[in-house]
Amino acid sequence: MADLDVQERRNLSASATAHRGDRIFNRTITTAAFSALFVLAGIAIFLGAQTIPVLQTQGLSFLTTTAWDINTDPPTAGIWGMLYGSVLLAVVALVIAVPASLMMSIFMVFLAPKKLASMLTNLIDLMAAIPSVILGLWAFYVLNPTAEVWQQLLNQYLGWIPIFQNASGNFLGTPFIAGFVLAIMMIPIVTSVTREVLSRTPPDLVNASEALGCSMWTMLRYVALPYGRGGIVGGIMLGLGRALGETIAVFFVLKIVFDTNWYNIIESGGGSVATLIVSRFGEISGPYELQLLLASGFFLFIMTLIVNVLANLIVNRTGRLQK
Amino acid sequence: MSTAEFESVDVLESEITTPAAAATTELEARNVSVWFGQRKVLEGVNMSFPKNSVTALIGPSGCGKSTFIRTLNRLHELLPGAALAGEILYEGRDIYSRDVDPVHIRLAIGMVFQKPNPFPSMTIRGNVLSGLKLSGMKRSNHDDIVEETLTAAGLWTEVKDRLDRAGGELSGGQQQRLVIARALAVQPHVLLMDEPCSALDPASTLKIEETIRQLSKEVTIIIVTHNMQQAVRVADNTAFFLAAENEPGRVIEQGATTEIFGNPQDERTLDYVNGRFG
Ligand SMILES: Nc1ncnc2c1ncn2[C@@H]1O[C@H](COP(=O)(O)OP(=O)(O)OP(=O)(O)O)[C@@H](O)[C@H]1O
Ligand SMILES: [Mg+2]
Repeated sequence: MADLDVQERRNLSASATAHRGDRIFNRTITTAAFSALFVLAGIAIFLGAQTIPVLQTQGLSFLTTTAWDINTDPPTAGIWGMLYGSVLLAVVALVIAVPASLMMSIFMVFLAPKKLASMLTNLIDLMAAIPSVILGLWAFYVLNPTAEVWQQLLNQYLGWIPIFQNASGNFLGTPFIAGFVLAIMMIPIVTSVTREVLSRTPPDLVNASEALGCSMWTMLRYVALPYGRGGIVGGIMLGLGRALGETIAVFFVLKIVFDTNWYNIIESGGGSVATLIVSRFGEISGPYELQLLLASGFFLFIMTLIVNVLANLIVNRTGRLQK
Repeated sequence: MSTAEFESVDVLESEITTPAAAATTELEARNVSVWFGQRKVLEGVNMSFPKNSVTALIGPSGCGKSTFIRTLNRLHELLPGAALAGEILYEGRDIYSRDVDPVHIRLAIGMVFQKPNPFPSMTIRGNVLSGLKLSGMKRSNHDDIVEETLTAAGLWTEVKDRLDRAGGELSGGQQQRLVIARALAVQPHVLLMDEPCSALDPASTLKIEETIRQLSKEVTIIIVTHNMQQAVRVADNTAFFLAAENEPGRVIEQGATTEIFGNPQDERTLDYVNGRFG
């Protein structure tokens, strides 16, 4: 035994890639992988460079206040209400889209007959293909009047809950409608990911739980959902990424106000960084306002990065063992 | 299945100690035929399983052994297109009658599959107790249950120091014994085993056979196996299934294991047990 310990260890990882074709392949792949990183870094640097002068003139109040007065001298701008608004819309969209998507995918994987399931799958994929501008137009002309009635009802019956308060009597251009449109955009993404994940629940485990006499619900609760948790959270985050960055559909239905709408989701007016950018861009007053918009874009970018990091943390944390 | 019924059987057993009592029938299949869609895969199976006996089901691949044992605890009905005729009597009562809850049946009649299937995201301990959790069954003293069932499954000494590690970290043979412990934790009266050793090495196989012999003092065991020696080693009774081409599977012969292997009445049985088949 002692002999073995003094032997020199040979580096096997070097010889593992000794094959010439493999070596070339490895390098190509590695380059490709890094180029994605370069693109990302390029965008960050470009936006970051525009952000520095903005922060120099506006200071941190660019992030902490809500204002957009270009005609004053110096102009004052703050995007807090927009950043917060983006998150509020995303939360509304999540609350609607996640349960809906989960229920649909559970139905398709575990309950629906095969034919119906594949029909639904195709239908939902089609839903994902609707251009957001069309969805925006639809929301403007069709959803708006309908949702106005829903919101009035919500206000009438659940108005004692702070989020359903409405002082102005105006139920158009609300975060609720915008969030609802975002939910419609998220549902196909989240549903198709969760459907895929759930359909990969190992049949062995389904068998095991069936043989232990558990109901459909407990099987989902303790077997299928924990098994697919990482993938499901990933799917939700994909959808969330879309919701945070979505511009044009929100543009049609949300009234942008430079004020922080904290929680009155059925009150007219809210914020969204992406929509701010597109709505100002057309009537831009000069190079400085362009810089302001690019800086807003930079923080939108940072916000989506933070969401992704948080998502990773959640996925890792929930990967723990069940007792 | 009410608990009252379980008790009544126990009482019966303790009072009567004649050999006839030892042969109380726990589970019985009466004229069972099975279909998948239009296709009939099993026909006219009659078989009875005495309490605390071990029965081996043997026969070539595709003759319906797995299908048959899945009808015994109502797992069959979960497959698409599944249909059944005949009766399965558990403690004298048809398990397919309308007022029987399949969950109770599956708890009373446990199952171990060919491929070890512990829940990979649960700890070893969590796996053992998972049946209680999943079915909502209440039992106190979880620590005792874990130790008892793992001991019964022959795994306790190997895992007692790492009960909080993932079930998926164990070797295949250990996983299979873990799965047996999991099935035992809900205190089944019958244990169905579908080729439990087919993925295991000889040493693990022997361990599981030893486990089966120990368990059969308290549980009725029905085991599907392709391993003739295994049938001889563990089973009191053996049933030989066979499906002729394009025909449903049938039981060709059944009886005491010694008879089936030592003195089979049917030529096809003789050929099969001597490995001269196909
Ligand atoms: N889910 C199913 N749907 C349709 N047919 C099935 C299904 N499961 C099994 N069958 C058919 O039923 C017949 C019996 O299958 P079964 O799995 O019971 O055989 P087996 O005796 O267990 O074979 P093996 O020894 O290979 O496990 C086979 O012909 C098979 O094709
Ligand atoms: Mg089988």
